[in-house]
Amino acid sequence: MTLNHILFFSAAALAAGLLSRPRWRANLLLLGSVLAIYWLQPSTPIRNLDFWLPTATLAVSVLVWAVTRPAETANSRQDLHTGIVLTLAVAGIGLARYLGPLCCLTPTRPPQAAQVLPVVALAAVLIWLAGRFFSGRASALNLISAALLALFIILKTEPLAAAASAWLRSRTGQSTAFASPLDIRWLGFSYVAFRLLHTLRDRLNGRLPGLSLSALVTYVIFFPAFTAGPIDRVQRFSKDLEADFRLDAETVWRAGRRVLLGIFKKFVLADSLALIALSPENALQTASPLWMWTLVYAYALRLYYDFSGYTDIAIGLGQLLGVQLPENFTQPYRKANLTAFWNSWHITLAQWFRAYFFNPLTRTLRSGGRQWPLAAIVFAGQLGTMILIGLWHGVTWNFFIWGLWHGLGLFIHNRWAEFTKGRSSRLDPRLANLGGVLLTFHYVALGWVWFALPLPAQSWHTLQTLLGLAG
Amino acid sequence: MTEQTTANAKMLRRVLLKAALLLLVCNVLFALRSPLPALGRISAYNHLFPGRARLPFGENPAKAYNLSLFQMEAMFASHEIAAADKAPDEYRVIVIGDSSVWGFLLTPQETLTAYINQAGHTIPAGKRVRAYNLGYPTISLSKDLLLLDYALRYQPDLIVWLVTLESFPYEKQVFTPLVQQNPQAMRRLIGKYTLQVNPQDPQFSDPTWLQKTLIGQRRTLADMARLQLYGVLWAATGVDQHIPESYTPRQEDLAAEENYYGLTPPTLHASDIAFDVLAAGVSHAGQVPVLLVNEPMFVSAGENSAIRYNFFYPRWAYDAYRQLLAEQCAAQGWLCLDLWDAIPGGEFTNSAIHLTPSGSAQLAGIIGEAIVKLASAQD
Repeated sequence: MTLNHILFFSAAALAAGLLSRPRWRANLLLLGSVLAIYWLQPSTPIRNLDFWLPTATLAVSVLVWAVTRPAETANSRQDLHTGIVLTLAVAGIGLARYLGPLCCLTPTRPPQAAQVLPVVALAAVLIWLAGRFFSGRASALNLISAALLALFIILKTEPLAAAASAWLRSRTGQSTAFASPLDIRWLGFSYVAFRLLHTLRDRLNGRLPGLSLSALVTYVIFFPAFTAGPIDRVQRFSKDLEADFRLDAETVWRAGRRVLLGIFKKFVLADSLALIALSPENALQTASPLWMWTLVYAYALRLYYDFSGYTDIAIGLGQLLGVQLPENFTQPYRKANLTAFWNSWHITLAQWFRAYFFNPLTRTLRSGGRQWPLAAIVFAGQLGTMILIGLWHGVTWNFFIWGLWHGLGLFIHNRWAEFTKGRSSRLDPRLANLGGVLLTFHYVALGWVWFALPLPAQSWHTLQTLLGLAG
Repeated sequence: MTEQTTANAKMLRRVLLKAALLLLVCNVLFALRSPLPALGRISAYNHLFPGRARLPFGENPAKAYNLSLFQMEAMFASHEIAAADKAPDEYRVIVIGDSSVWGFLLTPQETLTAYINQAGHTIPAGKRVRAYNLGYPTISLSKDLLLLDYALRYQPDLIVWLVTLESFPYEKQVFTPLVQQNPQAMRRLIGKYTLQVNPQDPQFSDPTWLQKTLIGQRRTLADMARLQLYGVLWAATGVDQHIPESYTPRQEDLAAEENYYGLTPPTLHASDIAFDVLAAGVSHAGQVPVLLVNEPMFVSAGENSAIRYNFFYPRWAYDAYRQLLAEQCAAQGWLCLDLWDAIPGGEFTNSAIHLTPSGSAQLAGIIGEAIVKLASAQD
């Protein structure tokens, strides 16, 4: 999101809160979010892909709703109404190509009506059929989960993304020679996929309440949280949607402060620090340990201000719209150990992995036939979780090592906490806390060396420089 | 509405009103006081970071860790010349000129001034020669005069001014953004020396009152802040220019074009080009001697090389210019050095005036010797 996007969204949210009637709110949020995901989608070198990607986001969201809805809500007029609105919205955004100067919401001209209308109609029929015949079936839920994961892996793995780009280019008659993994920039997909997976898993586990089409699609594409999270839980989100909300001065004040704080963090602090943060180029050019540490510190702070700034903006915009998004960062660099750090850094992603990977895995290991030692269970759970969190950012060796780094750190802290439990320390608690904060921050900062650079050899050289060991 | 909500609404209105008033006051004060020069002098360079070896200029800031800005105080405050007062044993030489002096496609260790310094020249009085690179990309005598005007406060013992015909046409005098963005200083010089440069040239950027406010100057302020931030990477990497692995070499085959800025062969008069700006520079330096160097250029042997020397110059115009420069030097008593063909053609990179490291070293050898000779004569 650019500053212009944020200012526009803030003004629109304020206007919607002040002018619209409460019963219109759900519809406005849905329609606003649909328009926003097309507007925010960056252009791609593959023809018309900037129209098809948001359209695919909507189609997958509706499909997931169709197969997760309870049978008793089958022929709801409200859902039919929402379906028609969504179809008309997509068709309208596509047909905007014929509006001359008013074209277009998408960064490039959408495809011709002869392409858009049949695809939209076909998607509607297929989704209806899926809902009609596979709703609630475990096989369908698992199949869609697997497909989402497969798509996620393709997009996050450079050779696969390049191959997908080549395939798409061949479909549009473009040269495959220029295919690049960066071609398929599917805005928000990392978050969309994880919201949908959460919905599918909770449906399988019987923890998903009955949701209207409007509620589920709004939850998946809610525009303040679309690009950078947080990953809310649909159960909590839908309660906010249903609640009677009236925008008052106190909310405007609270939300406005949050948005302004986010803008300051992102566009002043983070963007300034980005100029001097560790990068593949300057890592190779810097020989002095002192300056290398400066670049690493700048990177650590930049990442925090960037990400938490976006979260503040999302939470502030959400408040203006009557949705209290969950916190994603709670002063992570002031935490005295790595476990506390991961309870306050990208909280909603960590919670997601805890709920859908760590807990099921450790439960299985505990209840399985073989008796695993507790330490081994913790080791497997933490290492596996952190490696997956690393790979969520991209399937590369560096993200793998970054995950491993944190997994090992968490395991060591877990064992240390176990070892020191019940033992009295002679250290002044304030001093111990300060030492813990410094140690944790530097462990995390060294981890960012793996995260920021693309190649293990380059990261290793940078670590050697930091420690004064580079030749 | 509840009492609490009404109170909150009132508070919100008060806060917004106060914020708007504060913003207005800050903007008015900023426009009235014009604090940019004072702010420009506040610099972390030469304190937290080493001073830059050349003036800030960058076409690709993200890779060069450098950017172009036009606030003179900020530019000079980031330069190593502003580090400290001149040492008693220093013979301070300021070198001005275009991108060939600044060192396009050269690292800071490969520029003309770097090689002069590396040679470790000393003069008979025991002082060591210390050259400072105050060249700036874009070719214009007015731009050089503007920089010379500012540089005089750094107590030079000698000014070396590299010129070429391309810096002389009157069309070029207000062409460079550095001149356009410093209209007051340039107009002062135009007035003082009655230069044949239009002080009301529409290319001068005269800010409106609104552009003088804090909001109007936000870009300049952001650039000044970015210059400070890039100091970290300058200190960490020593990089101040993105030098690509390959570039398009200087043009060998030339168009059969004989006109030069509207001038046609066979005659070029001294009044056709900006000798008055050159004279103003020498005069402005006062007691400080100025060595004028006609800088080396690439001489093509390709297509139409009988008509043109290179991309910049038809032969007739350049020959006439050299003749006029020699005459002016003799008539005015200027110290001049004509090095137009002193460097072999293979030592030019992407333009007819940009040198390779080896070409830069050769030129530094010639100019270094001339500096020592002049300095010795001064003693």
